[in-house]
Amino acid sequence: MSPAAPERRRTEQDEVTDAIRAAAAVDPQRGGHPDRAYAPYRSTGLRAPSQPLVVAPASLLEQTAPVFGAKDVRPTDADLTVHSTGEPLGERIVVTGRVLDRDGRPVRNQLVEVWQANASGRYAHDGDRHPAPLDPHFTGGGRCLTDDDGRYRFVTIKPGAYPWRNHHNAWRPAHIHFSLFGTAFTQRLVTQMYFPGDQLFHLDPIFSSVTDEKAQQRLIATYDHDTTVAEWALGYQWDIVLDGPGATPPDPDEV
Amino acid sequence: MTLDPSPSQTVGPFFAFGLPFDGGGDLVPPGTAGAISLHGTVRDGAGAPVPDALLEFWQAGPDGRIPSRAGSLARDGRSFTGFARVPTDRSGDYTVRTLRPGPIAHSPEAPHLAVTVFARGLLHHLFTRVYFPNHVEANAADPLLSALPEERAATLMAVPDGWFGGPGYRFDVRLQGPGETVFLDLIGGSE
Ligand SMILES: [Fe+2]
Repeated sequence: MSPAAPERRRTEQDEVTDAIRAAAAVDPQRGGHPDRAYAPYRSTGLRAPSQPLVVAPASLLEQTAPVFGAKDVRPTDADLTVHSTGEPLGERIVVTGRVLDRDGRPVRNQLVEVWQANASGRYAHDGDRHPAPLDPHFTGGGRCLTDDDGRYRFVTIKPGAYPWRNHHNAWRPAHIHFSLFGTAFTQRLVTQMYFPGDQLFHLDPIFSSVTDEKAQQRLIATYDHDTTVAEWALGYQWDIVLDGPGATPPDPDEV
Repeated sequence: MTLDPSPSQTVGPFFAFGLPFDGGGDLVPPGTAGAISLHGTVRDGAGAPVPDALLEFWQAGPDGRIPSRAGSLARDGRSFTGFARVPTDRSGDYTVRTLRPGPIAHSPEAPHLAVTVFARGLLHHLFTRVYFPNHVEANAADPLLSALPEERAATLMAVPDGWFGGPGYRFDVRLQGPGETVFLDLIGGSE
């Protein structure tokens, strides 16, 4: 394309980037969720159902959700930098935000779980073959309960970008995996939080599987100087909105 | 006010140290009266086992009550929390030890377990249900089962098969292709 680089050979990444652009030209999916069959992310090929989903009213059971409480979560679970005998390497950060339903109501006292790579972009997982150093002081898993305002808060290390094998020279933008429950089973969400300004977003088939630009923005945290703790850690804010109808937990004596 | 939802992203391959927990599949301790094994294999469109899927189950107790007790992540051996979470193993297999759910009062649906399927390569989780064949009348009246062609409804039915410790049921998940499991777009609710 660029007249300055006529000799450059087309790369596998170019093919993927073109496929990402082509997919983005199709109408956005309902609610901004990615289409499960998304060609640029190759592993979807044999894993996305070929039949359409069957529309069904949520059952009474599916209108409720599991309950978690203080016994499920230790206070230190929310600080991923204190899970070892020493301090992990990397940039210490605070990540906080609110979990809301689509009506803007806070999701209270509900479980939030996170997992992530270390500062070098390496997961503490046997299957991670990225030749970057493990950090003996960082595992990368955390959990907490939301407060009465729906707020969660984690202290962690900014994860590094890492390569993966979707295609030659494929790299994931830095991200933290999040798992969320609502007040109804139908609100279950697993997603990833990204950091602002990452140059890898539009090369990455997973981020780009969300084709609607506004929906993409909802995956990106905001740097927030009021969350930043002086002399200690940079702060990020990221609110999460759960899809699906919420529910008031049923009175156990009534069901 | 209607807020736009946060989009889903895949659980990826490296959830093993983030989501599974000890006893995740043990809704009841071994030796519990009436305990069943619910087990199966997750397969992809080529019929190959999926070794990096994660399944979650949510259910009522045998009395038909929907649990509202905390403690799934720190099982105390007494409380029935109704929630299980299990990763598939290298063969794509999973096992949950639980009690069969009873009918929930005023529920038009037959007793079932609600299931969420996560996996690397799945950009958005999938919902499905496990029903049990012994609830003949309730199953025949179930709004979902009765609306499906027979061969599709069969993908939601646990198949009795014994295990060494007592009664068991097989529930396989086929993500794609022949015998593809019925996956649900759950709508409405109690608003
Ligand atoms: Fe990741």
